[in-house]
Amino acid sequence: MSIPANLKYTKSHEWAKLEADGLVAVGITHHAQELLGDMVYVESPAVGRQLAAGEECAVVESVKAASDVYAPVAGVVVAVNAEVTDTPEKVNQDAYAAWMFKIKPVNPADLDGLLDAAAYQALVESEAH
Amino acid sequence: MLKQTPLNQTHRDMGARMVDFGGWDMPVNYGSQIEEHHQVRRAAGMFDVCHMLVVDVTGAGIREFLRYLLANNVDKLKEPGKALYSCMLNPAGGVIDDLIVYFMTDDWFRIVVNAGTAEKDVAWMERQRAARAPQLSIKPRRDLAMIAVQGPQAREKVWQAIPGARAASESLKPFQAAGFAQYFIGRTGYTGEDGFEIMLPQQEAAALWKTLHGLGVAPIGLGARDTLRLEAGMNLYGQDMDENVNPLEAGLAWTVDLASPRDFIGKQALLAKPAAMQMLGLVLLDKGVLRGHQKVVTPHGPGEITSGSFSPTLNQSIAFARLPLAVAVGDTVQVEIRDKLLNAKVVKLPFARNGKALI
Repeated sequence: MSIPANLKYTKSHEWAKLEADGLVAVGITHHAQELLGDMVYVESPAVGRQLAAGEECAVVESVKAASDVYAPVAGVVVAVNAEVTDTPEKVNQDAYAAWMFKIKPVNPADLDGLLDAAAYQALVESEAH
Repeated sequence: MLKQTPLNQTHRDMGARMVDFGGWDMPVNYGSQIEEHHQVRRAAGMFDVCHMLVVDVTGAGIREFLRYLLANNVDKLKEPGKALYSCMLNPAGGVIDDLIVYFMTDDWFRIVVNAGTAEKDVAWMERQRAARAPQLSIKPRRDLAMIAVQGPQAREKVWQAIPGARAASESLKPFQAAGFAQYFIGRTGYTGEDGFEIMLPQQEAAALWKTLHGLGVAPIGLGARDTLRLEAGMNLYGQDMDENVNPLEAGLAWTVDLASPRDFIGKQALLAKPAAMQMLGLVLLDKGVLRGHQKVVTPHGPGEITSGSFSPTLNQSIAFARLPLAVAVGDTVQVEIRDKLLNAKVVKLPFARNGKALI
């Protein structure tokens, strides 16, 4: 599966999307869900929680394993996706549509410090060897 | 370099995701682990278990030797072909491995041990043999492949795949095996479903696998193998017990024969140190997933989860837990998951058998 060019990525396999309203939607990548396998539980951060960049703030659990999700940028949590919490398999079905939470970023320019699609692709390839 | 089974390339050709499993390059799934799990409960699936080791013990006086080597009593094996599940203990009563022993003839018993412990097991058996029964021969059979076919349709599919197999294996009772042509077919498994475990020459394994696949038997990875055995209430060596665990505290009392007068390795230690804990099932009532090593809080003292996962049959999280003896089936206990205490119900094992939930 190709890595969407309109998103930004972290080394810990989250994707971040700057939306028109200035919020940042966050999910885990297709590669991450592939490694984890069938998803059965998603725990999102509480709305209103202040997150530092890189802070552990959500958990995804597959049948196989639990994995932490880290905040790509600093900000406050303004929304969580109940659809994904209720049906975690959405993350397997379409990882880039299954956002878990949205952050109002302290500084939208922080996104520039994340990986672009090409850099993330290179990361995935390097981990495969 | 990871060890490979004779089916390695076949798994890759079928799109398996491969993982390092105790030094073996093994398929964890071929797509969806949950689908594979349901396939075994509802129809038929096959597992590459070539990494496990077949060990043949031959010679005069085997029964006497195994009576002392194993915690379960091989005198329970009266009919040729009958199999027995047993632990092999160290003198301190810890579990060196769990295994299946088949009584074939008075001078041939066949033992199947776990992959990760195979070398250690053979060395231990060899040491005991040299000391107590030098006339016996212990022969690891790496020349044999093993494929497990499990599920309500499993036996039927095997009979379609191997000409002559029906006549040779139709009358087998559960936990019984028979040799036939180049095959050895046992009505055993690790899923809680009916089915066979088939041993055959390595070079024929891929062809049988492909024939079964053509008959609609789905390949099943280690991921679903784990959730199937968990639902079936079957222990996993290294997780639910090991050399530091008393089998009586690991839900294995039914496999340890302390009643007969015979002596066996570990018996004195077990008699001197009665069980202080028990193994029971947990079903998580809150949302989340139970995992090995999570702490359990009970009014009678702490416990610990040894194996936990998500049960596709129950559609909720289940676990085995080592709990204080005063905890009873039906109690609600709490499990510590990431600094939160979640409620779980204590249940009797197993959780599922023969396609049906038992909880």
